[in-house]
Amino acid sequence: MTIRVLLFGHYKDAAPAGADNGAFSLDVPAGATVADVARLLGERDERLRDLLARTRTAVGADFAPPETALSDGEEVAFLPPMSGG
Amino acid sequence: MVLLTEAVLDPQQAVDALVTETDGAYVQFVGVVRNHARGRQVAGLEYEAYKPMAERQMRRIVDEVHQRWGLRCAILHRFGYLAVGEASVVICVSSPHRAEAFDACRWAIDTLKNDVPIWKKEYAADGTYWIEGENAIPMQSDGTA
Repeated sequence: MTIRVLLFGHYKDAAPAGADNGAFSLDVPAGATVADVARLLGERDERLRDLLARTRTAVGADFAPPETALSDGEEVAFLPPMSGG
Repeated sequence: MVLLTEAVLDPQQAVDALVTETDGAYVQFVGVVRNHARGRQVAGLEYEAYKPMAERQMRRIVDEVHQRWGLRCAILHRFGYLAVGEASVVICVSSPHRAEAFDACRWAIDTLKNDVPIWKKEYAADGTYWIEGENAIPMQSDGTA
């Protein structure tokens, strides 16, 4: 299945070529979880290896734990510590 | 009331949206861009937001101010590039009495800084940094916006 991945903060620098400001599509096995996606990204680019350790995760623009299973077309975001305000 | 916008913020907008004759006070927090950080000169900040989630989290803060203190709250946050001195966030809480308004406003800005997915990109004298919580991480690309 294909999901949408959003990277923020310095992780944007490690987004794959062709990404749109840190957003890109990714093919993953059916039933993959957010943690699986993080592991896959870390294998492809070592700058993303600590992704799960240093970000909170969100699915469908809402906080969701890493063990959350994904469905086709869903949006997964990896959120570094925030600095709004 | 919640507003996430690239336009210049008008703090009065929050007040006009909130204050009624039953209110005896309103507390307004305005965050502005300062010209230094970590001993470095700063020219400006670029705020990046995960917009749909940021708006949802801002509404949750407004809702919780109502649930916990029974007060009305407005949050305005700007994104995009802001120069030194410009307002990045406005939080306003109106109330019959000041004590609760101060408490709720403080809680709201503290919570916003933790849970609303917005990040500063800091344009400092010696380079561009992503600000992530307490960390400042140099941008690897050539730093163009």
